[in-house]
Amino acid sequence: MDLAKSLEFASATHTGMVRSHNEDAISTDSSIGLAVLADGMGGYNAGEVASGIAVALITSEMRQAITKTGLHSLGQEDGDAQTVRLLKGIVAKTNTSIFESANSQPQYAGMGTTLVVALFRDNRISVAHIGDSRLYRLRNEKLDQITRDHSLLQEQIDSGMLSKEAARRSQNKNLVTRALGIEPEVEAEIHTYDVEPGDIFLLCSDGLNDMVEDEDIELTLNAMGSNLPLAANQLVQMANDNGGRDNVSVVLVKVNRDFPAADTWLSRVLSWFK
Amino acid sequence: MAKLILTLDGVVLKEYALTKERTTIGRKAHNDVQIDNLAVSGEHAAIVTILNDSFLEDLGSTNGTLVNGQPIKKHFLQNGDVIEIGKYKVKYMNEQTTGTTAADFEKTMVLRSTPRPAEARIGDTQTGTRTDVRRPYTDTQINARATSSHPIPPPSQSLPGAVTSTVASIPGTGTGTLQGVIQILSGPNAGRELALAKALTTLGKPGVQVAVIAKRPQGFFITHVEGANYPIVNGKTLDAQAHLLSDHDIIELAGVKMEFFFKPAA
Repeated sequence: MDLAKSLEFASATHTGMVRSHNEDAISTDSSIGLAVLADGMGGYNAGEVASGIAVALITSEMRQAITKTGLHSLGQEDGDAQTVRLLKGIVAKTNTSIFESANSQPQYAGMGTTLVVALFRDNRISVAHIGDSRLYRLRNEKLDQITRDHSLLQEQIDSGMLSKEAARRSQNKNLVTRALGIEPEVEAEIHTYDVEPGDIFLLCSDGLNDMVEDEDIELTLNAMGSNLPLAANQLVQMANDNGGRDNVSVVLVKVNRDFPAADTWLSRVLSWFK
Repeated sequence: MAKLILTLDGVVLKEYALTKERTTIGRKAHNDVQIDNLAVSGEHAAIVTILNDSFLEDLGSTNGTLVNGQPIKKHFLQNGDVIEIGKYKVKYMNEQTTGTTAADFEKTMVLRSTPRPAEARIGDTQTGTRTDVRRPYTDTQINARATSSHPIPPPSQSLPGAVTSTVASIPGTGTGTLQGVIQILSGPNAGRELALAKALTTLGKPGVQVAVIAKRPQGFFITHVEGANYPIVNGKTLDAQAHLLSDHDIIELAGVKMEFFFKPAA
């Protein structure tokens, strides 16, 4: 089935006003309902290499696996379980691939990347993330942060040491506690959520949420949600207007209508027996 | 590296670098910052430093601890904060804030902690749990840790939406002292004024014609968002590009005329 009929995608990425390289990488495939965003780190251009490998490999592996397993035709329970398994496996494979490149080529030593992957399937979204790249959801004009950063700051907030307001003044930003490609194994955090028509999902690198307040992100999605490419560019522009100290990348996905798993003859036959 | 400057009546007595995870202040000799004065408790206060951030805690002192004139129990120290203990003042300086290498610090780095019990969070540093910070790609060596046992937090449904009520203002805007205002000139709302205080202000009717005015450092820009018709400014129809508004521009949108102008901020 083609999810492009139900989902609208728009994205933008920019080097920012300070950095010389864009180490962020993004990729979307509307037909399979996939969005991937990675924020690379590491000296010279190694960060770009890490995020580039992550995005390319995950996109191509997901395409193959989805076709092979007919993931978009599976029922809820089976499909959700398969999705999580798939995401886990592909993230692990990508981690190994980056880790091995980093170890085999001195110029890539120590490279790594954050990751956020969103897969839309059967009126739900499964999100896998590692590090401080985020997924937000706008629903009923309200913005919610769906993922929780794997970062020192988040740990301090969780432990009650810092309030969210105080965290904005912390000098310890940008210290992630998990990243792809740094260690031989990494665990992605994976969750599945229901999706409603009208929802807008935002994947972003920390270059956005460090520079633009959540309330301004919400304002932008509400004001420009009807024109997704404009909204994506506006978010990047706001980050840059506020200083653009980091690369900034956004992927927006708007749910125009529901997208139940395809009604195949098999599922119809099965439903007769229920 | 953050430091403390101890003064009495404006005279600098001593400087202390915050090199330790926990720096204690008190009257007794074992304190890192010893203040030999009876108004100071034996163990008066402690400062816990985690990388570039420092937290001050009053240790139940008799006479209390003030920061910038306010009594505190726990306080997240900011560059320039003045801690008052008795008649003594301790200024907290964190040079990172003014450092020219700020950009370097903003590069995302991986923080790896030594395996620790699930309960022990960073917040427990006071009880001695240590965190081990490395910058892997500058050090280049990647040593595999046996287990990467970060507990998976439960799905976060909590909102970051601790949205403060302040209007999003763009710092250092070129139009800083002037406020952009839209006055409706025709239609049922004629005469009404709309202050362009937020980063984005929406105009028009959803589903029919919508435009937004974005407040940017360079000024106010109008952009078409949706609808078959584009906004008209001073009789000229705009294209998809954002258009910089000038004082007293006349905008026509969804059949309504309005004027944009600057007025001195209240």
